[in-house]
Amino acid sequence: MVSFTKEQIEVPKSDEVKTSSLSVLFSRLLKPGGKNVGDFIFENTTRLFAFILLSLVLLMAYEMFSKSLPSIHKFGWGFIIRTTWDPVHDEFGALPFIFGTLFSSLIGLLIALPLSVGIAIFLSELSPHWLEQPVSLLVELLAAIPSIVYGLFGIFVMTPWLRDKVEPFLGNHFGFLPLFTGPPYGFGMLAAGLILTLMILPIIASISRDVMKAIPGSMREAAFALGATKWEVIKIVLSSSKSGILGATLLGLGRAVGETMAVTMVIGNTPGISSSLFAPGYTMASVLANEFTEATSDLYASSLIEIALLLFVLTIILNAAARFIVWSVTKKYKADY
Amino acid sequence: MIGTLYYRWRKIKSFIMSSLCFLSAILALIPLFIIFYYTMSKGLSSINWAFFTQMPKPAGETGGGMANALMGTGILISLGSIIGLPVGILAGIYLSANRTTMFARAVRFLTEVLNGIPSIVIGVVAYIIVVIPMKRFSALAGGVSLGILMIPLITRTTEEMLNLVPHSYREASLGLGIPRWKTTLFVILPAAFKGIFTGILLSIARVAGETAPLLFTALGNRFWSTQLDQPIASLTVFIYDYSKAPFDDWNRQAWAAALVLIMLVMFINILFRFVTRKRYA
Repeated sequence: MVSFTKEQIEVPKSDEVKTSSLSVLFSRLLKPGGKNVGDFIFENTTRLFAFILLSLVLLMAYEMFSKSLPSIHKFGWGFIIRTTWDPVHDEFGALPFIFGTLFSSLIGLLIALPLSVGIAIFLSELSPHWLEQPVSLLVELLAAIPSIVYGLFGIFVMTPWLRDKVEPFLGNHFGFLPLFTGPPYGFGMLAAGLILTLMILPIIASISRDVMKAIPGSMREAAFALGATKWEVIKIVLSSSKSGILGATLLGLGRAVGETMAVTMVIGNTPGISSSLFAPGYTMASVLANEFTEATSDLYASSLIEIALLLFVLTIILNAAARFIVWSVTKKYKADY
Repeated sequence: MIGTLYYRWRKIKSFIMSSLCFLSAILALIPLFIIFYYTMSKGLSSINWAFFTQMPKPAGETGGGMANALMGTGILISLGSIIGLPVGILAGIYLSANRTTMFARAVRFLTEVLNGIPSIVIGVVAYIIVVIPMKRFSALAGGVSLGILMIPLITRTTEEMLNLVPHSYREASLGLGIPRWKTTLFVILPAAFKGIFTGILLSIARVAGETAPLLFTALGNRFWSTQLDQPIASLTVFIYDYSKAPFDDWNRQAWAAALVLIMLVMFINILFRFVTRKRYA
């Protein structure tokens, strides 16, 4: 009996390949990695566009950094803590704007957080099924209204109301607090904070609702079985969705920090640092909106671009942290199903 | 005795807290209705045929319309779509086909990051890369900024909608020997078409309401212009300028333009809701 080893059998085949190595090369070119040509082209085209998206973000960072170099060289880190903003003498410091951005966002956040957690609880734990969809649709419509419309509403409806009703009331009854001092203009931090409340509320509410809904029903059932009341069950759900709500809050903060039009229209646009809610202020985004086209000197333009860069970095940090938290939380509970 | 009292207290507390949650939902919806009410009551009376077909009148004269702003917003959105659609859709297809690779994760993360970047910052970038080299404000620069804003929105919807298509579709098609790219283009994409299409409409509605990135790219224009290398009017900048003006007639027109904008946005949002909800069920 003649037996062939593996090598012996494959010898003629490899000879065959050698004779037509050109055609092999050709077919390799046509079918890279053993794939269909169309697949190769299609996959790499889509990859190219994904790459474009990636490089776009890097390009944005690079362009802003290179254009703000003059200001970075001149002022260094001091740019962040200087309070003068004097285009006439080319002296620039961003502290009043950073303060305005953080203060107005903080006001918005402090009001929006309890409200939106309440809404999330209502939608995920309390609401009857037929009410859930319409209410969440309406809440999300709040997020869909363009910010210029919020601004219009702020100028013509909210600021007169604040000036005539709310601020005099607060000033008369709580005027001993530094928060409520000064003349009621209507335009100012309080107006900006309230507008921001409306704009970030739907974000925090809808993400918190999703996080709470992702918590397994067995947890609620177990609590009910032990005799817990509805609110005690909700407390358990809340404590498990804490970090998700924190992520949602950071996302909302990211939105508030970058919000431009509505805030610009109601905040009063006066750089200054005051502890009063009634005082007008200025934010990083609104100084860009108001002064960018008027930047006459190179240093002026460069300082404004540095403010844009700061805003860019701030929102990236907030969003990255928020996404990381929200993702890790939802993943954890999805794995439990 | 104390046990029952305590139980009753727990019940009461539960009731109070639940009511507070219900109340917060109502409280959040009040401003929505107030905004609707004001845009309706102040804007509706100003909407007529002339408003859509006439040009803005000089300051002080009453009447006139915003034909140039409507046209301008249309042009800006088209320019934005030319930039945003190909990048968004193809990147979305890539992300949906490669869910777990490092590169895909990085791109997905940067999509979220790009989505969170304030639109005014994107305006600054468009100013740097388009307005400075061209040495003038232009419709093109506005289009670029809107395009950059659209990319993450479209990438995300495309990926989500493609992921909703049942896996069996792909398997059936591949099982018939159809190559992957044909499967994606002619089986998966058509199955997800409705969702992707409304998602695109949604992103258009979102950028149609953007003002901040247009302020120093497209700038605005009180005259009729369709040239891409010239400043161009837009609905949102029109509202912004007219709301700051000290003329009642201009403020009235700002409300009317806001009503047009809000109607467009609401309609598309509700449509999107409707289409995607059907898909889940």
